[in-house]
Amino acid sequence: MKQAVSILLIITVGFFIFSALYFSDEPLKFNEYGNVNLEDRVSDSYINKNVNDDTGETVFGESKNLESGSANMVTSVVVNYRSFDTLGEVTVLFISAFGVGLLLSGKRKRQKMMHKPNFILKQGARIVVGIMMIFGVYVFVHGHLTPGGGFPGGAIIAASVLLLYLSDDEFRVKVKGMKAAEGTAGSLYVIIGLLGLAFGGYFLQNFLPTGTVGEVISSGIIPVVYILIGLKVGSELSSVVDSFLTEEVEG
Amino acid sequence: MIQYFAIGLILVGIYGLLTQRNAIKLIVSLNIFEVGLNVFIISVGFVKDGLAPILTSSASSSALMYVDPLPQALVLTSIVIGVGITALALAFAKKMHNQFGTYDLDEMRGE
Repeated sequence: MKQAVSILLIITVGFFIFSALYFSDEPLKFNEYGNVNLEDRVSDSYINKNVNDDTGETVFGESKNLESGSANMVTSVVVNYRSFDTLGEVTVLFISAFGVGLLLSGKRKRQKMMHKPNFILKQGARIVVGIMMIFGVYVFVHGHLTPGGGFPGGAIIAASVLLLYLSDDEFRVKVKGMKAAEGTAGSLYVIIGLLGLAFGGYFLQNFLPTGTVGEVISSGIIPVVYILIGLKVGSELSSVVDSFLTEEVEG
Repeated sequence: MIQYFAIGLILVGIYGLLTQRNAIKLIVSLNIFEVGLNVFIISVGFVKDGLAPILTSSASSSALMYVDPLPQALVLTSIVIGVGITALALAFAKKMHNQFGTYDLDEMRGE
């Protein structure tokens, strides 16, 4: 009975979605898939980096002192043009990690594991964890040149911490240290925003010189902000992992 | 075609949210819903024969044809918020399991 009513409801909702998107004659009619003219959209200025003034064509390794010197255009949208959005996003992630810590709080110890991890697993995991952490740092340091950035880099670091948890039944991260790292990185992000307000006139303004497109040290505050986001996300997700793999001690 | 698939995923997610009574299955349905929405938003910015929106030494000029970077940036935000929601929901489920010994919403009874 419940299933039948649900299926009926789904069919109705699906019919309305399809008819509004694909079969209506309104001027809001959706672009056909793959048939998009980017010059009609605001993204065109993000690709050519000419939101403020027209600087002509941007060439990899040659153009200098652009308004956003990041070679990865998604990064230039996330951390430069819409950095305030990212500050809100980081706040949402902080609040949810805080909620997890609050729900699973108290004096805690590691949960019992089904099998005792053996010697080879423990030592092998330690080698892999070093490589994974270096790769995570690489991903968030090169966020303005290659696919990736602070969020994937932080997630890779948290995954390496999870591997340590799964391969060793007594390992725990220092939760207080993680909270301190997270708070410091988050406040430094806001302080960089306020420095932009002081030097450039707008909150989170890119006030450092942006350099040549395609070099590691370029694009002003973007690598700095992404390193801070990487550290913040990594420590936050590590403390979430700790909350899930521990249990409260009685009494 | 991939847009129809994404809307299908959204509908599957809503169906799961309506019919399931197990907390873990509800969280999985929420994730399917979210993946469908993300795929749909990304597909809105697809340009036929467009390149990935990164300047490299082989695609070195901004005058070439790229796919729209803005939906990708928005979906990056949405994925991160999805991770936060999933973590919080799983924490609620774990707390519930500690207290009532079950993940099923129908079998939960107060003392």
